[in-house]
Amino acid sequence: MRLITVAGPPSSGKTSVIIKAVEALQGEGVKVGVIKFDCLSTGDQALYERRGISAKTGLSGNLCPDHFFVSNIQECLQWGEQSGFDLLVSESAGLCNRCAPHIKDVCAVCVIDNLSGVETPRKIGPMLKMADIVVVTKGDIVSQAEREVFSYRVRQVNPGAVIINVNGLTGQGGYELGRLLSAAQETVSLTGRLLRFSMPAALCSYCLGQRKIGSDYQMGNVRKMDFT
Amino acid sequence: MTTGHDTVPYSAMSAGELLRKHPYAEDFFTSLGLALPPAEESVGAYFGRLTSEVLEDLGVERRELVERFSAFMALVVSLREKRTGPAIDSITIQGGVDKSGAAEEFVLTVAPGEVVSIVGPTGSGKSRFLADIEWMAQGDTPTRRRVLINGSVPDPSRRFSLEHKLVAQLSQNMNFVMDLSVEEFIAMHAESRMVNDVAGITRTIIEKANELAGEGFLPQTPVTALSGGQSRALMIADTSCLSTSPIVLIDEIENAGIDRKKAVRTLVDEHKIVLMATHDPILALMGDRRLVFKNGGVRAIIATTPAERATMAAFEELDARLTAVRNALRNGERIDCV
Ligand SMILES: Nc1nc2c(ncn2[C@@H]2O[C@H](COP(=O)(O)OP(=O)(O)OP(=O)(O)O)[C@@H](O)[C@H]2O)c(=O)[nH]1
Ligand SMILES: [Mg+2]
Ligand SMILES: [Zn+2]
Ligand SMILES: [Zn+2]
Repeated sequence: MRLITVAGPPSSGKTSVIIKAVEALQGEGVKVGVIKFDCLSTGDQALYERRGISAKTGLSGNLCPDHFFVSNIQECLQWGEQSGFDLLVSESAGLCNRCAPHIKDVCAVCVIDNLSGVETPRKIGPMLKMADIVVVTKGDIVSQAEREVFSYRVRQVNPGAVIINVNGLTGQGGYELGRLLSAAQETVSLTGRLLRFSMPAALCSYCLGQRKIGSDYQMGNVRKMDFT
Repeated sequence: MTTGHDTVPYSAMSAGELLRKHPYAEDFFTSLGLALPPAEESVGAYFGRLTSEVLEDLGVERRELVERFSAFMALVVSLREKRTGPAIDSITIQGGVDKSGAAEEFVLTVAPGEVVSIVGPTGSGKSRFLADIEWMAQGDTPTRRRVLINGSVPDPSRRFSLEHKLVAQLSQNMNFVMDLSVEEFIAMHAESRMVNDVAGITRTIIEKANELAGEGFLPQTPVTALSGGQSRALMIADTSCLSTSPIVLIDEIENAGIDRKKAVRTLVDEHKIVLMATHDPILALMGDRRLVFKNGGVRAIIATTPAERATMAAFEELDARLTAVRNALRNGERIDCV
């Protein structure tokens, strides 16, 4: 089975793009399952199931969804194997800018959209910078110039990635993305595998539940702004 | 990664020398929010002394930073070379099969400066055709079409390289979304294309766009405040001068409120291959050929005949009359006697 980690900012088009690529693959008899990781709620599972794609949801509550992801991905892989999938896609909400679900030697995709503005590629952390494939969506509503500047800015922060434009509405580019995904490496087990980038955890006292304000209560990795 | 001329890797050059030879290298540091290395220090040494907090903020590990920098420099160099490098003389599309699996049996070769119209109902396969060109299909898409560049199979790495993207697109639904003035906007695009004379090309593009647009606009006008016609005019002028894609697809710009014939000519003058999805007779007749789509395939290729071209004048007259009526309506006049 091939595992693909898909991450990207909220509403960037992850579900739409996964659906388009998966539909192209299903046409060729490839069996696909999707797992959606989110914080509180998501309607994505229903969106997938409506198109005949098996799906599961993992809600992390007040944990960082990427931390939650790592703690559960091995079991997800087992679910995928037992279900007889050829391809298992994880979709994560990309809510935490410091973390990314990308694993070494597991095909990593980041979905970002043209509408988010040309400064966005610089602001997104490892989920973009560590991706193998960057899918750019919503090119249908911005100008050619903006698409070109956007792709260039993506290239600046991740010069090695394959950048592909996919229209999440019409599916243009979805077939090609499907080709790329089906060429990904097989993943037999994840035990002992490494994340591409370490996930910072419990950096400061507030991460651990502190609510009181004031220097007396600030512990651990605390950084101060410079007002000089 | 070497500079090509000598064997000093970019990361081993002093930053001063690097930035003198490749001013655009600065973008790498600004895009990561890093200060520039001191002039006498090499980029490699600079990366070597970044603190682990800084690296954590960047979301990149140290050894990867050097690899990324080399890849970025390779991109900078190839974008620059592309501006002066070998041109595309022709693009050939070899037919595959339609949705029912019937052979298309066509070979279409187009050269820069040619205009080809695309006709057929929605869902007839026009988008797939473009996607095949974009992907430089080699029998590996549902249509089984093949795309050749200058008569040969293109290098597979071209599929994903920014500087070799084959198709630039302009359609009715596309708008500017950036919060910039026209001048800033074009300059930003020019910079991402590593143009030498950014101010010069910006001026040229704004002049060209003003010639195409019915109503003029200023360099200081915000792009989001442009009318539909002005936006389309700016997009065409910008694409003709700055896009490196040899093919420009124009999708349904019939009601754009710009000089459509001049717009197409602007692209042709810049040696673009113009594909026009249109059912507007005036635009369609500007094509040397028309691709007729049906059931997911190219059903016919019709060469525009002199007799057809001769009807152009009649259509233009009709068009001028309709435009006059529209203007009369806009100006609050009666339209019973136009
Ligand atoms: N115009 C346009 N809209 C798109 C495109 N791709 C996605 N959308 C729309 O963008 C919205 C968000 O798309 P989703 O696929 O749900 O995005 P997502 O990243 O999965 O969102 P979350 O899982 O909620 O973070 C939907 O309304 C889509 O229809 C595109 O290429 N063009
Ligand atoms: Mg989603
Ligand atoms: Zn996190
Ligand atoms: Zn904290």
